[in-house]
Amino acid sequence: MLNRTIAPPIKDAIEFNLELKPYQKWVLDNGTEVYAIDAGAEDVLQVEWVFYAGNWFEEQSLVAAATNYLLKNGTQSRNAFAINEHFEYYGAHLNRTAYNETATLSLHCLSKHAAELFPVVAEIIETSVFPEEELQLYKQNNKQRLAVSLKKSEFVANRLIDVYVYGIDHPYGKYSTEASYDALQREALVAFYQQFYQQRRCLIFVAGKLPSNLQQLLNAQFGARKVAAAPALPTHVATPAAAKNYRVENDKEGVQGSIRLARPFPNRHHSDFTKATILNNLFGGFFGSRLMNNIREDKGYTYGIYSYIQNHIHDTAWLVSTEAGRDVCEATIAEVYKEMERLRNEPVDKEELLLVKNYMLGSTLGDLDGPFHIIGRWKNIVLNGMKDDYFDKAVDAIKSVTAAELQELANRYLLADEFYELVVI
Amino acid sequence: MIQFDRFTLANGLRVLVHQDNSTPMAVLNVLYDVGARDEDPAKTGFAHLFEHLMFGGSKNIPSYDDPLQLAGGENNAYTTNDLTNYYCQLPAENIETAFWLESDRMLSLAFSKKSLEVQRKVVMEEFKEHYLNKPYGDVWFKLRELAYTVHPYRWPTIGQELSHIEHATMADVKGFFHKHYCPANAILVVAGKVDTPMVQQLAEKWFGDIPSGKKYIRNLPQEPAQTAPRKLAVKANVPLDALYKVWHMEGRLHDGYYAAELITDILSGGGSSRLFQSLVKEKKLFSNIECYHFGSTDAGLLTIEGKLVKGVTMEEAEKGILEVVTPITRDLVEEKELQKVKNKTEASLAFEDMSVMSRASSLANYELLGNANLMNEELDKYQSITRDDIRHYAAQIFNDNNCSTLYYYAQEPSGN
Repeated sequence: MLNRTIAPPIKDAIEFNLELKPYQKWVLDNGTEVYAIDAGAEDVLQVEWVFYAGNWFEEQSLVAAATNYLLKNGTQSRNAFAINEHFEYYGAHLNRTAYNETATLSLHCLSKHAAELFPVVAEIIETSVFPEEELQLYKQNNKQRLAVSLKKSEFVANRLIDVYVYGIDHPYGKYSTEASYDALQREALVAFYQQFYQQRRCLIFVAGKLPSNLQQLLNAQFGARKVAAAPALPTHVATPAAAKNYRVENDKEGVQGSIRLARPFPNRHHSDFTKATILNNLFGGFFGSRLMNNIREDKGYTYGIYSYIQNHIHDTAWLVSTEAGRDVCEATIAEVYKEMERLRNEPVDKEELLLVKNYMLGSTLGDLDGPFHIIGRWKNIVLNGMKDDYFDKAVDAIKSVTAAELQELANRYLLADEFYELVVI
Repeated sequence: MIQFDRFTLANGLRVLVHQDNSTPMAVLNVLYDVGARDEDPAKTGFAHLFEHLMFGGSKNIPSYDDPLQLAGGENNAYTTNDLTNYYCQLPAENIETAFWLESDRMLSLAFSKKSLEVQRKVVMEEFKEHYLNKPYGDVWFKLRELAYTVHPYRWPTIGQELSHIEHATMADVKGFFHKHYCPANAILVVAGKVDTPMVQQLAEKWFGDIPSGKKYIRNLPQEPAQTAPRKLAVKANVPLDALYKVWHMEGRLHDGYYAAELITDILSGGGSSRLFQSLVKEKKLFSNIECYHFGSTDAGLLTIEGKLVKGVTMEEAEKGILEVVTPITRDLVEEKELQKVKNKTEASLAFEDMSVMSRASSLANYELLGNANLMNEELDKYQSITRDDIRHYAAQIFNDNNCSTLYYYAQEPSGN
């Protein structure tokens, strides 16, 4: 008779060998660096062109985002419709995303179509024209979208907490307003495009089942244009708010509050960073965390609560984020502080520490499944200026971290007084 | 081509195995043949609430999550109007942990009072977060009630109203479990770095002695053909007027389903699609517009929804939509345009099949529809759709008598 109360034996994940598949690196004729991962069974390809063209470089709010968005809305020889039709005919997606330091173009397609698609990406990078009418439509539609977003407490809360931590003038803290959309002018976009895309070297990250002639294809389309080195990053200094506590009413009839707690935190180069991510997991980083167990699974105050360290290249922040019932917001915050206190005062016991380690390593192993995830990890390492052994060191840190080290980190960082505290209803 | 093996245990549990040695992981996916459409109209939201309770401990194991995480695994679940699906992924060496956990909760839940009390609250917060505390969050409650008069797609999976969840009792929980959660009503898929003999042995060991249970025979009222247009106008505290039009379309296993899917792509599959180009770019009636459907098993709804540019009237906006959809019912689409949406489908299917987890849940879904191998026949079905099919099914769908329209007005005066 099967005894169902006894768990089957397991292999602890700390015994697993986790390896991040190494990238291939090519340099195109004009110095453009290409990082490539050849893996996977499906004949698919993901290519990302990364430019140093995020809002870190703009002198006027939204110029970086608008330039990035409108890149594919017209070139010297095609209008927006023709560009979209070309990519869509081949079942491909050309997306663009503006971040803080960087801004990207990314292509997802079947590998067999790369040769038809690359020339149009090159055309966009070299000859985008930013038609006035496209800009007007962008302004109108984004102002409408913003009006809807501003009705959502979580959207408002996400903006405000960044302002408290970084200041409204810092690239990580600034946000869009109707006035900032109105102020956008075509000339500023064209100038930004020329300065940060057209004439600049980018980085290329490519992954999937790579066609054998991929290197030549890339070199033919992206290796010939004349480029200057990527621009140096200007300095932006954060100006954190003096006051720590905020309660904002956004909707009189709101039935939930968006709670955000945040403290400044150093970037990945700091020696505490890797082990702090482990402490973060224990605290609120996954479904089995202290915050989730207490505030969702014991009290039922929320559908979900998480803590995380923001994915920034420069100095960043450690956050707790949840939407909780309107009447239990203050009780939720009190419980978050209690969980910080427990982590400061009591070392985590062996069993829970092993669970967190095994979970983190197991999910890392699962996340190495497939070429897109692998290149994503390398991109993060490259763009953050980390060394190639960063992944191995992070895995070693998870395997070796002790309860005493985590308690020490909790005493250094999980201090209620150092957190900004915000509820938006 | 997705390869798989299939066998059935003596108790009726269907098991599929999909081996992929390129990953160090294994996935265990259990699908139960029950969704929100199987609920009592007075106790809606129950299938989804029940999904939460499945994590509240089983007969012999107090916690589902802890042992799985200790084995390096993660998991989640979802409930739709048609089905409930649970999946976990963990290092392949530890796959037996997943068999142990999943089989025990199929055998019997712990039926803990505390879990019911807490999860009722959690689901009520989920209800608030996703439906009440969001602008336009109540739209689908209204649209479903308007479009369906008798079919249980009348309510969303979260439930018709908060009170139904608030009043769920332990007797309801037990009744639901015994009716739906048993080998006769489940499909198990194991995928990743596994092989069939090993899965067979583990499936026998852990699931083999669970009583079969009674096969649930679904007998739902089918929605009669709609014979006249339906319209509803509401006002709400939102910044923009919005327009929603839904038309009945054929169910998942009918020929018209594939044509409807391609029609949604022709209308709104990207920046070169007809609705976007005509109504956002050229006529500037909408700031965004989308066309989609939910892939429902029974006859579903094809939806067009958009937010109006300030100053545009509902009448102008609605006329604009009809001016885009009517030509598809009348004229053949260009060969190139049809090829475009077929190419898009080919690429989407390839991207979908990249992860083992997604392949496992697709196999379970298709097996529920009748045969897992349907997964390998999908692309051919799309490829065989002709320009005539598109016109034929577009004419069938975009008939005003088949349409329900929701005019969602901003309370604040609109206009510049």
